[in-house]
Amino acid sequence: MTAITDLGIAGLRDGFRAGDFSAREIADAFNGAVAGAKALNAFIIETPDHAIAAAEAADRARAAGELLPLSGVPLGIKDLFCTAGYQTTAASRMLGGFTPTYESTVTAKLFAAGAGMLGKLNLDQFAMGSSNETSAFGNVVSPWRRNDGGNAALAPGGSSGGSSSAIAARIVPAATGTDTGGSIRQPAAFTGIAGIKPTYGRCSRFGIVAFASSLDQAGAMAQDVRDSAILLEAMSGFDPKDSTSLDVAVPQWEANLSSDLKGKKVGIPKEYRVDNMPPEIDALWKQGIEWLRDAGAEIVDVSLPHTRYALPTYYIIAPAEASSNLARYDGVRYGLRDLPEGANLQEMYAATRAAGFGPEVKRRILIGTYVLSAGFYDAYYTKAQKVRALIARDFEEAFRQVDVLLTPTAPSAAFALGEKSADPLEMYLNDVFTVPASLAGVPAMSVPAGLDGQGLPLGLQIIGRPLDEQGVLNAGLAIEQRAGFTAKPQNWWAK
Amino acid sequence: MSSYRIQGATGEWEVVIGLEVHAQVVSNAKLFSGASAAFGAQPNQSVSLVDAAMPGMLPVPNEECIRQAVKTGMALGAEINRWSRFDRKNYFYADLPQGYQISQLYHPLVGEGTITIDADEKAGIAEARTIGVERLHVEQDAGKLMHDQHPTRSYVDLNRSGVALMEIVSKPDMRSPSEAGAYLRKLRSILRYVGSCDGNMEEGSMRADVNVSVRKPGDPFGTRTETKNVNSIRFVMAAIESEANRQVDVIEGGGTIVQETRLYDPDRNETRSMRSKEDAHDYRYFPDPDLLPLELSEEFVAQCRAELPELPDAKRARYEGELGLPAYNAAVLTSDVETARWFEALLDATGKPGAEVARAASNWLISDLFGALNRLGKAIDESPVSPKQGAELLALVADGTLSGTLAKQVFEIMLETGDDPAKIVEERGLKQTSDTGAIEAVIAEVMAANADKVAEYRGGKDKLFGFFVGQTMKAMGGKANPGVVNELLKKALG
Repeated sequence: MTAITDLGIAGLRDGFRAGDFSAREIADAFNGAVAGAKALNAFIIETPDHAIAAAEAADRARAAGELLPLSGVPLGIKDLFCTAGYQTTAASRMLGGFTPTYESTVTAKLFAAGAGMLGKLNLDQFAMGSSNETSAFGNVVSPWRRNDGGNAALAPGGSSGGSSSAIAARIVPAATGTDTGGSIRQPAAFTGIAGIKPTYGRCSRFGIVAFASSLDQAGAMAQDVRDSAILLEAMSGFDPKDSTSLDVAVPQWEANLSSDLKGKKVGIPKEYRVDNMPPEIDALWKQGIEWLRDAGAEIVDVSLPHTRYALPTYYIIAPAEASSNLARYDGVRYGLRDLPEGANLQEMYAATRAAGFGPEVKRRILIGTYVLSAGFYDAYYTKAQKVRALIARDFEEAFRQVDVLLTPTAPSAAFALGEKSADPLEMYLNDVFTVPASLAGVPAMSVPAGLDGQGLPLGLQIIGRPLDEQGVLNAGLAIEQRAGFTAKPQNWWAK
Repeated sequence: MSSYRIQGATGEWEVVIGLEVHAQVVSNAKLFSGASAAFGAQPNQSVSLVDAAMPGMLPVPNEECIRQAVKTGMALGAEINRWSRFDRKNYFYADLPQGYQISQLYHPLVGEGTITIDADEKAGIAEARTIGVERLHVEQDAGKLMHDQHPTRSYVDLNRSGVALMEIVSKPDMRSPSEAGAYLRKLRSILRYVGSCDGNMEEGSMRADVNVSVRKPGDPFGTRTETKNVNSIRFVMAAIESEANRQVDVIEGGGTIVQETRLYDPDRNETRSMRSKEDAHDYRYFPDPDLLPLELSEEFVAQCRAELPELPDAKRARYEGELGLPAYNAAVLTSDVETARWFEALLDATGKPGAEVARAASNWLISDLFGALNRLGKAIDESPVSPKQGAELLALVADGTLSGTLAKQVFEIMLETGDDPAKIVEERGLKQTSDTGAIEAVIAEVMAANADKVAEYRGGKDKLFGFFVGQTMKAMGGKANPGVVNELLKKALG
């Protein structure tokens, strides 16, 4: 019999409904798995009590015949979502010990749908990073190891690295993520799981610690496409507390899943063929094209001419917004305060922010402050906004010809911890395929598609039209069914 | 043009003034949060999670605040921008929880408009002048620091944090402290008419940043200074005068004016440098990514226009035209919305709201009621006499029940007791008499007692007529109808 912890959302939900096991059994199994996987450092705090309380409620609901969509399903929650009564840190010393009195809209929806919370997942500090090495609580380790006999600890991707690592290690069935420039998709690709960033505005940003407001979007990370659809459905929906939230109905993505792509057109953007692309990734991309053709889709070559400007544009806009969004962490009202003896207000700000923010956060605040400053604003920020509009137009035009786009998710498999952390530019380049969809605000997902020569997972990215998460999920499902990705990391972490 | 000049050693100087007024929007809630915007709560009692800038909190525009600003823009005859946007103004201060103020730099809600200030000979404003309004935008207020609560610490009160302000920026069109004062009074009057700001400068709901420069008449503009946060009209005028004189002294002393921010100290009647352009903040303005552009529907704009009340200039013209009031009366009655409201309620209560009784009503309001309120130290909306009671009093005069003198007596009693005039007349027997028989009897008595004066009058000393009127009225306790007395006396004296 399959272990409970091997099951994803759909398996748990359906097994629970069928009476195969109780919600309490599910919660206990995952709480145990979480407690036994400290070596991954995937959690900042564990919240077994929350998972148990939700499980007991689910068991009562089942007895009463009042099941909710996620009754019996425990989740990991990225520690960027504010959770009432549970510490929320954004993986920063700045918010060490900060416990919100309020609940983010996304977690409120998930809990209202019956889900429990196993813990708050580690991440890159303030979601800034692609390897989880910027967390103030230590880096998350990927459960995957290269098959070269070496024991190099690998990056789980970032910023949602706690989420990706925990799902890949099967210590949580699914988790929330957030994606600003690839923070769901790249870690999903690195760890052999599925992850979807929906259309900007699908999920409320209320109660999510802000990084870059015009790009931040919550999304779902799970073992497979179906689970991603279930979770995203529960997270999405209009929220009057977020002005940028979209006032549109949430479709029944799970019920409408279909891998039949007859009549659909899939675009292959030539600009994503970058120099130095590892041949294995190029080969996987070609394989993906064949899979989609096999699913009935017509393959069309398309052009997104401004793709090469996406990364520099992103690294102007995101830090600009971050420099302003993070100004509230000043030591005055909550979180860390470093008040040296006799210090004045300015000195308190300086000491608090010097002590509270990690180096990558400081780097981005400095970049953002610079590009917004008088004399540079037009050259950087204004120009970046113009280029962003051009990038969005590239997608609009491509989507006049095709229904979805297929690209690799990342230009490499997981790298070793420490391998890129010395060179920020090298690290930023890892976002090259994920950033354009973020700038355009369109939905995109990564699905696991194969392993490289070192036995590490590789992902393919599907990008869709605004609000067409269904098209993205369906194409993802078509790949998933054909890729038959069943590889799992060897368990080296459990005590 | 104003003839206001500063006499310097090198000749006459003209003063150029522009005002940036911050007016707190009348609204139940703050600009981007549901917290109360009322004045006077205990510290930090009106603070939402958004106002305190807790992690993950987001601003959501309050439609009521936008409506108030749009109506104000319309009242200034300004173009309403159907598309505007919020920007962040970034700086660190303990009273600014977000680390930025949400404002509108690049695309304000309201464009150019005008404010007409009236001629005021006493203030040296020879003729009415139109002052340009550059723009109006909405923005958040900051909280406030309290330095007197603890020996070594400062306290922060965030009640005002996030309250909606309208910033109304004039063009540099004013040329004297009086014009600046008149501009502020007129702006305040318009805001109160619209109901978008209570204009209460003592409570800080209206404050002005004062831009001043000086030049030789005909020269281009000089370098300006900005004196921040002046909180009364009197101080604005004094600050302009003192700052303009300081600038003249600096220039004539061989110095140059530095573009800088200054503070006005009313105790010493002088402005002091706060910070110069060199160490001015770089506010790093950029569009707030938490907010979508503010797009006003045609319907919303039309609704705002429909809600707009009659404004002071229009009302004044109507009072002069339709009601035939003297210009002075019309100006006094319309300068303040509460006065106009009271006057119109008074007219309504007469049952003849029109030119017929308007003049008498306006005269009574301006002389009798205002006189009494001044004495009592009360505002018109605190008047112990209601418009309805005022109308009844006027009716008693109009129908001859009361003479002017009696009416004044009755009014005094109304102020004291709050009673209706009819009741007072009834109870105290203050009714005017036109009973010719009674009056003739008194006249006969008066003439008998003053036979010598009767002789003198008949001998040609016409001026004595007044004496007989006075004696007769006195003998009748002031209750005789003066017209009848006059008539009968003329007859009796021959």
